[in-house]
Amino acid sequence: MGIPDKLKMRLSMILAIFAWITFTYFDLLYLLKHTASNPTVPLLPRVFQALFFVFLYIYYRYSIIKSEHFNFLDLLWKVFVSGLITTVVSLSIRLFFFFFSSSILAKSVLPINIFYHINVGMVSAFLISTFIIWKKLILYQKSKLLQQFWSLFEYSMIGALLFDLLGYNITDPVAVAVLIFLVLQAVVLTFNLKWVAYLNFKQKWKSILFIILVIIYLWYFNTNLLAFEDGTSIINKHLGKVFVLAISAFIFLYATISVLVILFNLPTSSVFERKIKEAMDFQRLSQAIPAGQTEEQVFEILLDSSMSAVFADAAWIEIGATAEKSKLVYYRNVKKEQVDLIKESVKHSTVKKILRTEFDKTTHPQKITTTIKDSDFKTIMVLPVMVKNIQIGSLALLKDVTEGFNREMVNIISTFVNQASISVENFRLINEALENERYKEELKIAKRVQKALLPESLEMIEDFEIQPYSIAADEVGGDYYDTLKLSESNYALIIADVSGKGTSAAFNMSQMKGIFHSLARITIDPKEFLVHANNALSACLERTSFITGAFFHIDATTNKIRFSRAGHCPSLFYSKADNNAGYFKNKGLGLGIVRNLSYENYVQVNELTYSKGDILILYTDGITEAVNANNEQFGYDRLKHSLELRTDLPTEEIKHGIINDLYNFIGSENLNDDYTLVIIKF
Amino acid sequence: MIDIKHKEEEELQILFVNGEIDASSSIHLDSAMRESIDKNKNIITDLTGLIYISSAGLGVFMSYLQELEANNLKLVLFGMNEKVYETFEILGLDQLLIIKKTIEEAREELNAS
Repeated sequence: MGIPDKLKMRLSMILAIFAWITFTYFDLLYLLKHTASNPTVPLLPRVFQALFFVFLYIYYRYSIIKSEHFNFLDLLWKVFVSGLITTVVSLSIRLFFFFFSSSILAKSVLPINIFYHINVGMVSAFLISTFIIWKKLILYQKSKLLQQFWSLFEYSMIGALLFDLLGYNITDPVAVAVLIFLVLQAVVLTFNLKWVAYLNFKQKWKSILFIILVIIYLWYFNTNLLAFEDGTSIINKHLGKVFVLAISAFIFLYATISVLVILFNLPTSSVFERKIKEAMDFQRLSQAIPAGQTEEQVFEILLDSSMSAVFADAAWIEIGATAEKSKLVYYRNVKKEQVDLIKESVKHSTVKKILRTEFDKTTHPQKITTTIKDSDFKTIMVLPVMVKNIQIGSLALLKDVTEGFNREMVNIISTFVNQASISVENFRLINEALENERYKEELKIAKRVQKALLPESLEMIEDFEIQPYSIAADEVGGDYYDTLKLSESNYALIIADVSGKGTSAAFNMSQMKGIFHSLARITIDPKEFLVHANNALSACLERTSFITGAFFHIDATTNKIRFSRAGHCPSLFYSKADNNAGYFKNKGLGLGIVRNLSYENYVQVNELTYSKGDILILYTDGITEAVNANNEQFGYDRLKHSLELRTDLPTEEIKHGIINDLYNFIGSENLNDDYTLVIIKF
Repeated sequence: MIDIKHKEEEELQILFVNGEIDASSSIHLDSAMRESIDKNKNIITDLTGLIYISSAGLGVFMSYLQELEANNLKLVLFGMNEKVYETFEILGLDQLLIIKKTIEEAREELNAS
């Protein structure tokens, strides 16, 4: 195995030429020594002739491509060319004899024998190379049995070579028996012609031409050699060998059968070509998606493949609109007006249903072809395009003859449509998965942003204690609270809740933070603050988004709180003097609801004086709207009650107490909203 | 989750909203409102069967306020339960929307104008 194929080829070629020279030399030597009338032929030249065949065989085995992806026509072309060369050589020899027929040269034994040997060499090469090519053709898509049978045949041929060494006359019954045995094997082998099916119409005609030429060559070579051998001057008769006769018979038989089979296959080749095309279209459909093509392209491929598969005269495909995509319609050789007319005139119920995209999987389509009246087309076949058992559209094929579609056509189109559906379904699944992944990533970012927006620690305030608590649910919301120390004893305090979830909520929350930090330094008046904030937000909030909030101004020198509510849930206030807690239900309107200056009509400012021990609680609706298993809300009363139990405790403990009460109430750790709570104790 | 029915009368149209309106179901409310406004008739919305409305649902009502005004159309809500009314009230929408107790009052409101 270490020897490269190229070297083996050259070596076997040299050895073949050497063997040819040797047996020619011995033949001639023998001829000069003996008279031609002596019929016995010595062993040595016969051995070399046999070796000549063996080396030729080895040479052609390597020179004729080993690859599985060979072209049948190329193989036949090779046979044709080697035959042609042989013929040219043989004809030039004839020409020589023709011109020198009168000369002594043409009549003497020596030149006749030399030319005869040249002829024999060429013909042998032709026979062996054709033998190898026939082998390739026969063994195309071989079974194990066929492979074994072929090996048997080759061994028998080697046997024939050895048999020839024994020097039997070809007319001897033993030789005839051996020949018959070989020919019988050849007959069996000749019926392996799978390759023929893979030729298209044009290739079949070419093949017939080449193979007929092979038969002609064979006939010509043999008659030519016979002409030589008829003369008495030839002793080592080429055609007197069982091996040569058997190989010729094999080549002739296979050539004849091939021509006949190809001829008979000619009319059906178009059907086979169509089948191949269907298979290719099918592959195209199934590969369309991984190849990075879009849904639209899949539907176009489906439309075109279906049309060509059943020879439809016209067709259209209609895919309903989805959340992301608008309705999709492709027409082929038919106009929209015609399609509308056809849809009107179709009577058949199933077909009608499919065309209206009302088809459901539970009713199996018995008949999906029907005749159309009053149209250029006579037959229609419609198929529902289903994704996840829901019809997303329909494919319609039209023919201008009645009964235009047979059962087989319906089957083919069904397969096409199914394949396209699978492709589209996969495509959508992949997209969904990607979308989900992106969404999760977005949420992560939004959560980080949201967290970053809340103050890490509230400014140390000497005049009162402040204790915030905020926890976000899985889905990011937009709860926001903040404080700002404006001067020695003036504080701004805000709580806000951005409607909506996810990145947009986090984004709006950051706007609110910006507004608070810039605006509160300019105006401390709660109403003015809200009006300006509403103005600023009106320009940047989406149509359905709004922000609820409450703004407080605490003056620690006068112990006064001035505040306004912008649609936010009412704050809870506990007065130590009255030993009573209550909600501030002042008028207010969410930010971004009325996006003009009339907003100021909807807000009011409240004012109160606090004293030591009073408590103010700001919160978001997540707390009051938290529900338990019975779908009851935590509500205002429970919140108030929870505070009233702990009015004497420090803010830290009030916070824990309220949060505990809340979690005990909802009875699970699963938050369905953000919970934000800010407790201020004066 | 949510069930919206539409009934068209000669002079007006009635939307019946039942169930709960949260962030996901508010999309249906939005499309129902869109269709109704496109019909260019005054709208009465029956919220008798509405159990809960989230801020997203309120956002839908809010988002059409300007358009209703621009088209000179009236939207009257009625039949809210206490909880639902409270959510409207807290946000301040009660100041902007016409909210009635019964359908008769709602019709009267439309006839009066």
